[in-house]
Amino acid sequence: MSTLTASPTPDKLTKKDLTADHPTWCPGCGDFAVLSSFYKMLERRQLPHENIVTLAGIGCSSRFPYFVNTHGGHFIHGRAVPLASGVSLARPDLNVFLFGGDGDAFSIGGNHLEHGARKNINLTYVIMDNFVYGLTKKQTSPTSPVGFKSKTDPNGAVDQPVNPMKKLITAGATFVARSHATQVNHMIAMMERSMDHPGFSVVEILSECVEFFPGAFDAGNPRKGGAFQLIEEKKFDGTPEDELRHDTTDEIAAYKLASLPFPGCFGVFYESDRPTKNALEAQWVKTTQAKLGETTALELLQKTFDRMK
Amino acid sequence: MIVFTHPVTTTDPQNPSQSGTRADLRPEHIRDAVIRLAGNSQDGIQSAGAMLARLAGRSAQDVMTYMTIPSTISGGASLFQVRVGTGEVLSPGDEADFLVAFYQHSYEENIGFLRQGGVLLYDSDHVEPDTEDKRFVHVGIPITGLTVEALGGTAKDKGKNIFVLGLLAKIFDLDVEKLKRLLNEKFGGKNESVLNTALMAFQAGYAYPVGNVLSTRYKFEPSEDTGGRAQVTMDGNQALAYGLIAAGVRYGAAYPITPWTTVMEVLRAELPKYGGLFVQCEDEIGAVSMALGFSYSGNLAITGSSGPGISLKTEAIGWATMAEMPLIIVNVQRGGPSTGLPTNVEQSDLNQAIFGGHGDSPRVVLAPSNVEDCFYIAIEAARIARNYSTPVFILSDASLATRIQAFDEPDLKNLVVEFGPNLTPRAQGFQPYPLESVTQHAPPGTRMLGGVYPTVTGLEHDEMGHPTGSPRLHAAMTAKRRKKLQNLAAEIPTPEVYGEAEGEALIVGWGSTYGPIHEAVKTARAAGESISALHLRHLNPLPNGLEKIFAKFRRVIVVEMNDQGLYGFGQLATILRARYCDPKISSLNKTNGLTFRVKEILEGVLK
Repeated sequence: MSTLTASPTPDKLTKKDLTADHPTWCPGCGDFAVLSSFYKMLERRQLPHENIVTLAGIGCSSRFPYFVNTHGGHFIHGRAVPLASGVSLARPDLNVFLFGGDGDAFSIGGNHLEHGARKNINLTYVIMDNFVYGLTKKQTSPTSPVGFKSKTDPNGAVDQPVNPMKKLITAGATFVARSHATQVNHMIAMMERSMDHPGFSVVEILSECVEFFPGAFDAGNPRKGGAFQLIEEKKFDGTPEDELRHDTTDEIAAYKLASLPFPGCFGVFYESDRPTKNALEAQWVKTTQAKLGETTALELLQKTFDRMK
Repeated sequence: MIVFTHPVTTTDPQNPSQSGTRADLRPEHIRDAVIRLAGNSQDGIQSAGAMLARLAGRSAQDVMTYMTIPSTISGGASLFQVRVGTGEVLSPGDEADFLVAFYQHSYEENIGFLRQGGVLLYDSDHVEPDTEDKRFVHVGIPITGLTVEALGGTAKDKGKNIFVLGLLAKIFDLDVEKLKRLLNEKFGGKNESVLNTALMAFQAGYAYPVGNVLSTRYKFEPSEDTGGRAQVTMDGNQALAYGLIAAGVRYGAAYPITPWTTVMEVLRAELPKYGGLFVQCEDEIGAVSMALGFSYSGNLAITGSSGPGISLKTEAIGWATMAEMPLIIVNVQRGGPSTGLPTNVEQSDLNQAIFGGHGDSPRVVLAPSNVEDCFYIAIEAARIARNYSTPVFILSDASLATRIQAFDEPDLKNLVVEFGPNLTPRAQGFQPYPLESVTQHAPPGTRMLGGVYPTVTGLEHDEMGHPTGSPRLHAAMTAKRRKKLQNLAAEIPTPEVYGEAEGEALIVGWGSTYGPIHEAVKTARAAGESISALHLRHLNPLPNGLEKIFAKFRRVIVVEMNDQGLYGFGQLATILRARYCDPKISSLNKTNGLTFRVKEILEGVLK
């Protein structure tokens, strides 16, 4: 692949540097908290400004790239995973962040999510799940609970909703986590771990749509009388209490956690160190080029044409 | 087949037999021969035919092949036609001089293509021809039995293609050493027994006393010096793939579909050598999206497909137009609509390429004329995509995809370019979408010295890439995206007329019909007709100045392999009529899934 070195930005990267257009979200929208958590994480990590890429598909949350002052792209509905995969595969020097909602990820883009996960493309995908289509003003989403009344299901939704954690685990995503937009520190921690994980890393964040599905996530919000149940991760310290903790590399255990009734639990469900497509393809390039020895594109193509004479 | 000398009918008494070992055959010098091999798809007739084509290319002969493969996986009739000539070979030939029939059905389906006086070479183990039909020379040889005998039975009749190659080598006095070298290259990489089997089959065919059943041996006249450049032999899909590589395209993504697939197979295997990557995606939409991700990352990328797959990519191509993202889209056209005729040829995706987008979405459309042009048009497509930051379509087709041609080796030294992402820091005030100049994106990784980072977007936007619903800006940006193609049009040279610059009729063509159209014009002009041809490689935008060319002719006939439409005009004809409002523009169409025969063009134009 290309060898690119970009000089780091000299000054400290602050929220001010990272802020772009004022968000177009409704007042009270959960996505504001996701955005500010993202700023905070970037402030903490001080990545080279020019190497941060923010991409999205279509939806309320997919407006994200306009609100972040980094290289960014606003793509078409549901296809942001392959777009981001192209950026990631061609440019190992970049930090690729992808943002979107439940429609983008689990409905129109469901197939791409499956294959991005299967291929284990190195990128961070933050899914702001609000259980409703907000941009188009209250239609049923793939995560809307049965019985949810929307403009496309006036008598209540009848289709079983997608279970995002289960879908991601079975698809082969190598980092699968869940958070809640009212829990800023937890969001930052999950985003940061997701970014540090090499491979297809997803954080689903329950982010309330105050306009079309108010109160949807109160059950997971202690301030509204709910419970923010954290996943306790195994420390492998041999203590009896550790027996009860969750081994994040245990796929079956992760699947069981994902089966808990709503609002379920929050934290890292699953992680695996399966090699990324990025690494596997780069390895192929490396061994192929090693076999060829020092050569130029012209020499290579000339050799090929000589065989066709 | 009018201007060329044919075997059998003309003999050269001045040329006595040259070799004692082949005294059994009377030699005859020929300039041109059409050999049709007809069998089933698993018989390997393509590889035998391809080897003949490559041999001709190595011998500096001109060569063109024509192939049909059934869409079934194994079984089903298959044919491969090779035309080898001294001098320019423009079409695979309307009629065969030589028909090799492996089965009864091969004989029955193809005997109509053998010209009068032509030679039918048939496998007497499987074919019972009508030997009373005195129009043809009948040569029966127990090909299957002899092959099995030569190979000792274990390979069964696998290898009869190579046996036939040996026979043809004898009959056409081909360069045996060169052919054996080709066999070595083809089979040498596998285990040794495969190569030995092939060589045994070849030897058996070559040693067969064909003189007992055929009294003439043919020898191609040596070709004129082509100016020192060696010839390379490949098919159209290979030429496209290598053209892209020469143009510095290093990334791509696609999904398999006939007849596009071999382009992606070549790129998948070749690009890692150049430090690049080609990805097979989950579907066509994923593929175009990933390709756009590559392009956005600063590496001009390619995606490709055939008609149905292009339909799936359409929304994302609209984004490429709006976001002004360079992208190369190859469409190897087949018969449509829907699954249509997957292994046949048609030029019916021109409208889709030019108009297939939602909204006002102008994009560049190019079409290669022959296999050689597949190579050069790929380079041009890459140049346009980069310079104008725009999606560019290449419209190839099923006949070019599998056609093998020999052409002068390209001057790679002056063609091969390397491009990486341009990460030069951009000055304060950088705009991704300036109204007064062409967009040139700053790929991610580029430092923005003014501190403001660009967003690329499919929403209508202002010059900074911010979404806007401003009526003024939408009008201005729509005009910007249109104007860059108008500027490109001014840069495209007006194509040259083949034949006289004025006269009775001008045949206008595009894409793979180049050969048959030019051969038709050559033939007609030799017979005193006032006919010329104009071939378009740039279909959107069209080159400027065509109206001046049209004005010099009484009739303009657009020849294309698509339907005449509701109003009597093919797809290009409709566009030309709309643009020039010229009622003398008419259409000659063909929709049977096969390439134009020279005769059909002549009949259609001269009527």
